[in-house]
Amino acid sequence: MSVLVYAEHDNAALNKVTLSVVAAAKEIGGDITVLVAGKGCGAVAEEAAKIDGVSKVLCADNDAYEHQLAENIGDLVAEVGADYSHILAAATTTGKNFAPRAAALLDVAQISEISDVIDADTFKRPIYAGNAIATVKCGDAKKVITVRGTSFDGVAAEGGSASVENIDVAKDAGISSFVGEELAKSDRPELTSAEIVISGGRGMGNGENFEILYKLADKLGAGVGASRAAVDAGFVPNDMQVGQTGKIVAPNLYVAVGISGAIQHLAGMKDSKVIVAINKDEEAPIFQVADYGLVADLFEAVPELDGKL
Amino acid sequence: MKVLVPIKRVVDYNVKVRVKADNTGVDLANVKMAMNPFCEIAVEEAVRLKEKGVVTEIVAVSIGPKTAQEQLRTAMALGADRSILVETDEDVQPLGIAKALKAIVDEEKPELVILGKQAIDGDNNQTGQMLAALTGMPQGTFASEVNVADGKVKVTREIDGGLQTVELNLPAVVTTDLRLNEPRYASLPNIMKAKKKPLDTKTAADLGVDLTPRVTTEKVEAPAERQAGIIVGSVDELVEKLKNEAKVI
Repeated sequence: MSVLVYAEHDNAALNKVTLSVVAAAKEIGGDITVLVAGKGCGAVAEEAAKIDGVSKVLCADNDAYEHQLAENIGDLVAEVGADYSHILAAATTTGKNFAPRAAALLDVAQISEISDVIDADTFKRPIYAGNAIATVKCGDAKKVITVRGTSFDGVAAEGGSASVENIDVAKDAGISSFVGEELAKSDRPELTSAEIVISGGRGMGNGENFEILYKLADKLGAGVGASRAAVDAGFVPNDMQVGQTGKIVAPNLYVAVGISGAIQHLAGMKDSKVIVAINKDEEAPIFQVADYGLVADLFEAVPELDGKL
Repeated sequence: MKVLVPIKRVVDYNVKVRVKADNTGVDLANVKMAMNPFCEIAVEEAVRLKEKGVVTEIVAVSIGPKTAQEQLRTAMALGADRSILVETDEDVQPLGIAKALKAIVDEEKPELVILGKQAIDGDNNQTGQMLAALTGMPQGTFASEVNVADGKVKVTREIDGGLQTVELNLPAVVTTDLRLNEPRYASLPNIMKAKKKPLDTKTAADLGVDLTPRVTTEKVEAPAERQAGIIVGSVDELVEKLKNEAKVI
């Protein structure tokens, strides 16, 4: 068995989620190779070579891979991946974009967002917004898999000493191009890796009111998220959405503020270690999953909490 | 131009599904079924493009049981001109669906395929990408804005870090995210009219496609339930619990 792990990065640094994908690869077993594709991504390849348990790093440094366009990355992964029994990527918007493309090119199924490895062919994954957990077995000779980062504790970023091999595989499909991006700039921890996450819902009323959450978050070193209702209402940008179709988080502490707790939201946060809910509606379903519920007006409770920490 | 909109019949998003006692799946007996919410957004986007004069014909397609006709009728009530059902009782999976859709694309030659980014039953998020790969089309996944002009489509995508815009040659595949649009409701006159719109039925064999599942489900379990917590009486009590009991701050 041999596993190819696709590294998630921004051409400058490795995204921590890759450590979780390597952890899943280790559970599958066999040699682990990490593929770093990007432009000017040599430093990322060096970083990947230090990951515990990685035996080889392949670095595909080419203009065509700068923005992770699925058409080009899909072709690359299908070609490089032909030599491996398993191809793993993080279930991020990058991995979800190119991995099914690579799988189809290889004429194999993809197993999406696994949360557990049973054996080399068998995996657990959430279905129906996490309301059921399926154990699935794939008979295809090659498995293309995306990995739910929060379900696997990342391996150590240091300790390995893999070799880095530059590969000269230029795949430019020439059918798509990058126009631009608007990336959220924040000094707060990234939602999927934050130890504490504070999220606001429709009850916040507007975007300005999120300031009280940002203030509390900065005191706790927390990331700030939101429910779909808050994003749909335009209070905050889409990258803050926690839920079935947004980000999946599992911090030590999740504080849900003014969030009713639709099943689609619960799907994104119910694996958190401790959940606190602050909501003035005592009937809100969020209280059914909260370890500590506080029935109160958030505009009084949050500043008070901030003052007492 | 012609747009193809693949849709899926799924459990209504308001239904809280229950795992069957024998762990073979979720209980779908007597459960309300509906069009997958992301597919509704796809239909709506196609209709808006038609209203703008960009699109001339909308073809809805579904691969699934006979009852998926209901969802195709809904799509036609919302504005699709005609529809195709590839009827099968197989446990259809993304790769098989993508192959069936490729066969339809080869026949219909649409310039744009708009479909939901994922279905809320399997949560796979694969079909659009696979169809794009099989047909050699570019893809704009998780779209929050779609603009067609000069033989290309510009798609703004919801990505983990924010928004990304890509430009794709046509024909192209677009998969919809939540904020692309807010789907309309079908009016009664349109529901009546949809009954008369053409609905072709085909089989996988007609298309020369093998829908045999590649992945088997061994077991389906309910997720671990969280233990019921407590309601605290004050912010002070909450702080005390978080510090001394949960020890998370």
